[in-house]
Amino acid sequence: MNQEKENEDIIEQVVSQEYKYGFTTDIEMEMAPKGLNEDIVRFISNKKNEPEWMLEWRLKAYRHWLKMEEPDWQNFKYPKPNYQDIIYYAAPKEKKKLNSLDEVDPELLKTFEKLGISLQEQKRLTGVAVDAVFDSVSIATTFKEQLKEKGVIFCSISEAMHEHPDLVKKYIGSVVPYTDNYFAALNSAVFSDGSFVYIPKGVRCPMELSTYFRINAENTGQFERTLIVADDASYVSYLEGCTAPMRDENQLHAAVVELIAMENAEIKYSTVQNWYPGDKEGNGGIYNFVTKRGSCEGANAKISWTQVETGSAITWKYPSCILKGDHSIGEFFSVAVTNNMQVADTGTKMIHIGKHTRSRIVSKGISAGKSHNTYRGLVKVAKKADAARNYTQCDSMLIGDRCGAHTFPYIEINNKTATVEHEASTSKIGEDQIFYCNQRGIGTEEAISLIVNGFCREVLNQLPMEFAVEAQKLLAVSLEGSVG
Amino acid sequence: MLEIRNLKAEIEGKKILNGINLTVNSGEVHAIMGPNGAGKSTLSSVLAGRADYAVTEGEIMFEGKNLLEMSPEDRAREGVFLAFQYPVEIPGVSTTNFLKTAINETRKYKGLEPMEATDFLKYMREKMELMEMDKSLTSRSLNEGFSGGEKKRNEVFQMAMLEPKLAIMDETDSGLDIDALRLVSNGVNKLRNKDRSFVVITHYQRLLDYIVPDFVHVLYKGRIVKSGDASLAKELEVKGYDWIKAEVEAAQ
Repeated sequence: MNQEKENEDIIEQVVSQEYKYGFTTDIEMEMAPKGLNEDIVRFISNKKNEPEWMLEWRLKAYRHWLKMEEPDWQNFKYPKPNYQDIIYYAAPKEKKKLNSLDEVDPELLKTFEKLGISLQEQKRLTGVAVDAVFDSVSIATTFKEQLKEKGVIFCSISEAMHEHPDLVKKYIGSVVPYTDNYFAALNSAVFSDGSFVYIPKGVRCPMELSTYFRINAENTGQFERTLIVADDASYVSYLEGCTAPMRDENQLHAAVVELIAMENAEIKYSTVQNWYPGDKEGNGGIYNFVTKRGSCEGANAKISWTQVETGSAITWKYPSCILKGDHSIGEFFSVAVTNNMQVADTGTKMIHIGKHTRSRIVSKGISAGKSHNTYRGLVKVAKKADAARNYTQCDSMLIGDRCGAHTFPYIEINNKTATVEHEASTSKIGEDQIFYCNQRGIGTEEAISLIVNGFCREVLNQLPMEFAVEAQKLLAVSLEGSVG
Repeated sequence: MLEIRNLKAEIEGKKILNGINLTVNSGEVHAIMGPNGAGKSTLSSVLAGRADYAVTEGEIMFEGKNLLEMSPEDRAREGVFLAFQYPVEIPGVSTTNFLKTAINETRKYKGLEPMEATDFLKYMREKMELMEMDKSLTSRSLNEGFSGGEKKRNEVFQMAMLEPKLAIMDETDSGLDIDALRLVSNGVNKLRNKDRSFVVITHYQRLLDYIVPDFVHVLYKGRIVKSGDASLAKELEVKGYDWIKAEVEAAQ
């Protein structure tokens, strides 16, 4: 029948549709030579005019990294990157110190405009402060002054090292030490930039804070480092977004994010990850190997991770919570979508240490094409964590019959008073559901988007309003052409 | 409005429809009756464009357009509505959101701007009153956890919202108790007008006590073997289908 032909046409059209953010910006760059050694670490540190203690820390991390082995317990294979073939520092050539946004290279402003991120404060009506990171450096941070009035510090981590060295020195590596894992060690040695946030005692951050990461240069890795400290009884909601141009080679993105929530403080960290996923044969795309961890240091602290992962050739990360403070709360809400040849191995770790600590995990994995989507999670209750509670829900949705969904829940309970629940389900998008939508005038692509969004509702509801809409659109785009 | 000529269709090589001819004019209600396996549901599926069925011969013209060349969604956008025998559940998607998407996709097809959220809600409220729908139903996930009666009422509510030119009702009475049947039929009767046609597919006559048809057709072995007015349905209720089967065998 004609119907089939038409479906094929739609699929053809959609598959050949390009990754919308795949353009490159032509701008003069300053780069480190390829490869990694102590001189490169010194070069980066020197470029950023860092204090001596920072360089020492980097070198220690580098030396430790040399002794480590790349992990291989993950549920996928990938060609190990050649670490001597990566450029570890790339930055738009700066002619002088920037004093205001007006001095930012117009080409860069245009790039961010194109990505739908206006750095012009007067144009931002939504009340979101943005830190824009282009390749290795932070380009601009908006709304700095307004935040300053409340005592909120929001700047690039390089700037923080100079302006707030005590805070950086105290907290960097305190949640994710450089000895933690292979990629965290690498990041500690060569991280180039990222965001730093400090919310003082009792302050509720007056606006959403957001960092936008953009890889532009070829053969580069991006190693950003984010550090967020919420002092007693403060609150902050933070969002990160990311895109990259389309390239045939795989680019490594190995970031570290550390969150510290003191007594009664709350940090809400949301990610909308849309790195270039590679083409439909699996060429190119970003390796997104990230370490994210938060520590609820004080009583009643709360950390929520919300992630919508649609991009990257491989996504490999477990945003985690260490629940030290009594009555502290950890949450993890995740949507991971894989299509074509993409791979995701993601989940969380909830480490219950304090008494009456609670954690909640809601994971929604959607796999289409020939992709593989793995949930891997650890719930650990320490000996002294009396009356700890965890609730885990893992749902997988399959689109088509060439993809895979996998679940590896690890549970370690060392205290008899713990309550741990785990629920899991797997479903397949049905022809019946799609036909039902079609019969109401809803096209197949739109129908899949509707069904998938319904499936992810619980998680999307956790996102700040503006980004929820963005994320919904992203889900639709990621799954285009997934039904044959 | 609808002109079916010598329609033949099969599924997985099995012939189900063997030359259907049917003309439905604006404002008419046609009932299609017949024993199990006669091809009633196949006919509704083929009209709506379900891909499992292959049309091997014949044509279907709808408002002068060749329906068989259209995708299922375009048929819907042109004004063909199918009330499903088994409405499908879509978790996490509210009826409101579902209908808003459906209406706006249809508007887009017609080159119209999407409906403003407030206008849509107002429109939906009006239709809910008309259909005597419970408010909670529209905010729940579409058909999820609905009772059989709620699902069928929701189908008719969707019909009211989408205002089709041709509504095909596939065994809407199946699984309904007498109260639900009355509610659903009342809803349908409110939607009858001179511009809207209905094809009501049913196994039993009792639905036709409430939705009184202009024409009744008996489908048997993939063909319409007998047509008449509403009284034919009454006759079938009393005599069953065997006498028709016998007539057909005799004629052959």
